[in-house]
Amino acid sequence: MTDVSSLSTAQTATAKKRKSSSLWKYLLVRLLLIIPTVWILVTMVFLLMRVTGDPISAALGDRLPADQLAARIEEAGYNRPLYEQYFEYLGGLLRGDFGTTISDNRPVLDVLMTYGPATFELAFYGLVVAFIVGIPLGRIAAYRRDKWQDAGLRTFAILAYAVPVFFAGLMLKLIFSVWLGWLPVAGRISTGSRRDLILIDNPTGIYLIDAIQTGEPAVVLDVLSHAVLPALALGLLTAGVFLRLVRTNMIGTLGTEYITAARSRGVREHRLIATHAWRPALIPIITVIGMQIAMLLGGAVLTETTFEWQGLGYQLIEYIKARDFVAVQGIVALLAVIVAVSNFIVDVIAAFIDPRVRY
Amino acid sequence: MTTAPVSKKAPLLHRLPIIREYRKSVGLQRWMLLIGLIITALILLMAIFAPLIAPYGYSQLRDDSGAFGARVAPNAEHWFGTTVGGYDVLSRFIWGSQTAVLVMIMAVVLSLFIGVLLGLVSGYIGGWLDRILVVVADAIYAFPSLLLAIVMAIMISGGQSDMLGGILAAALSITVVFIPQYFRVTRAEVVRVKSEAFVESSKVIGASSGRIMFRHVLRNSTRTLPLIMTLNAAEAVLTLAGLGFIGFGIEPSSAAEWGYDLNRSIADVASGVWWTALFPGLAIVLAVLGLTLVGESLNDLADPRLRTRRASGGGKVQSTSVQAEQADAQTDADTGDEEARA
Repeated sequence: MTDVSSLSTAQTATAKKRKSSSLWKYLLVRLLLIIPTVWILVTMVFLLMRVTGDPISAALGDRLPADQLAARIEEAGYNRPLYEQYFEYLGGLLRGDFGTTISDNRPVLDVLMTYGPATFELAFYGLVVAFIVGIPLGRIAAYRRDKWQDAGLRTFAILAYAVPVFFAGLMLKLIFSVWLGWLPVAGRISTGSRRDLILIDNPTGIYLIDAIQTGEPAVVLDVLSHAVLPALALGLLTAGVFLRLVRTNMIGTLGTEYITAARSRGVREHRLIATHAWRPALIPIITVIGMQIAMLLGGAVLTETTFEWQGLGYQLIEYIKARDFVAVQGIVALLAVIVAVSNFIVDVIAAFIDPRVRY
Repeated sequence: MTTAPVSKKAPLLHRLPIIREYRKSVGLQRWMLLIGLIITALILLMAIFAPLIAPYGYSQLRDDSGAFGARVAPNAEHWFGTTVGGYDVLSRFIWGSQTAVLVMIMAVVLSLFIGVLLGLVSGYIGGWLDRILVVVADAIYAFPSLLLAIVMAIMISGGQSDMLGGILAAALSITVVFIPQYFRVTRAEVVRVKSEAFVESSKVIGASSGRIMFRHVLRNSTRTLPLIMTLNAAEAVLTLAGLGFIGFGIEPSSAAEWGYDLNRSIADVASGVWWTALFPGLAIVLAVLGLTLVGESLNDLADPRLRTRRASGGGKVQSTSVQAEQADAQTDADTGDEEARA
């Protein structure tokens, strides 16, 4: 309603005001779209995981006698009709209750709070590496199109796509940890430093922040040295995607007439690439980077397993091994929420940069 | 169809998808396409002739001279060494291609079939069905594909399987991830083609919806499919390896799977045993690389902004390239006419 009234007064208002009202409308619509997206994913995961049976038989079926098993199923309510369980599950999600794990009887939310920060930290490092490496190289490849630099960089990008993140991780580990001995083999922190971390008052679970809080340079260094290889494995492979993306879009803008016009006016080449051709290329780049967040999370699951990085992905695999599908379902549902929210954030950023995105 | 003079068309061989693109390519792009095709062909040959090439079976632990032994370094007997479980790495390298190719073909064919059908119906009929399908496809598309594949694998196989079951489970898990891609592309094309004059004329002469959809719209909506198929084939190999790596692998006694072998090698790497990790990893990289090179080249050739054009210096070269493109345009126009007339 407020939108309608603001639109009717918009004719008399300044252009700036009009712009902002349509922007807020767009953001509101986009925000509301999160709900069906999350709902569809959660429903799909629920149905897929329950169609074949209840989680208790899956986890304990081969260990408990039939009568005890039936009692456990009865107790947890898995013998009721599926739609009843479904609505109860949805209701729980709305209250922030993701269920309780079967194998170690923990609330799923507790698992998420404990291991989520580790995954976030890893994904963040990976993203930083990908930005630092992918974007400048993509610009170079576009500018030096079809020259040897371009050929080399494209080969890197294609290789980065073709190498699975866990294979890259294993090879990095083999070379830098096992053969050269420069970096730790696995884990997020060494045992000595972990003792220092336990002592701090407000642990965030993000070890870098916690390590800085201890005020000990040695602890910070220890945390960082553990992060180097996982961040490189995840980041370099994502960088390949960024490189290709930046290259394609920069080639598009570099070929436009206004670039030729700017060049003929004597704008320096460096400025042409850094500003004139870069800004318009940025919109599609940001949108696709948003989609990469999903890929990055998938990659984090595999990277965590490779480096025994105790995050959500590592935990997810442990629960899969234990056939604890309540936990699996909870973690997957949470990741769905994260993906939907981060896509929303990316769209908001794109809308602020590009007026055409808003409707 | 009979009115179009046959002599004007390029020979059938030159109109086949990949060969047509190859003829269009020059320089670096031609090399990329060629290398990609060669690698892909090698993997395919390896998969077909695995029983003849592989020195041992994928689950063989001993031969006439006794057991292979665990973690034996590469030697004349075992070129790539043996694994911690005592398998021959080279043999599993070769047999693994069979699993990968099977899963790849199954996943691509299934998702192509379902995705295109859904996209066609959704785009042509429109309405609420279309809206629901689009929202669902977008939701699935935005989700980490590996997680979706994990959920599917749990549903299909409960996580463990024999050879056929495992391959089918992996292929189906990957299929679900791919369907939205075919759906989106086909739907977009169908919406575009639907408004063309020849569709309207078919309606006027009383063709049924089914006939219009499958004979007229579908045939004109398949331009980008070969490209997606190649890239998806590459992704299928990666997803299969990812599933294998996190423990949804096919048991080593029922088939060879590279991702599973890599998972087993995590502990080996920490103790400096490199051969059990390097070779299955290289196999994945090669398979994905070959397919990606082909897919990337097709992509660049289809996108006029990215296509490298022949140098304009040599008059002869230029004239042939123009002719080739004219011939292409001619064939495209021909097929379009055929659809209109049929």
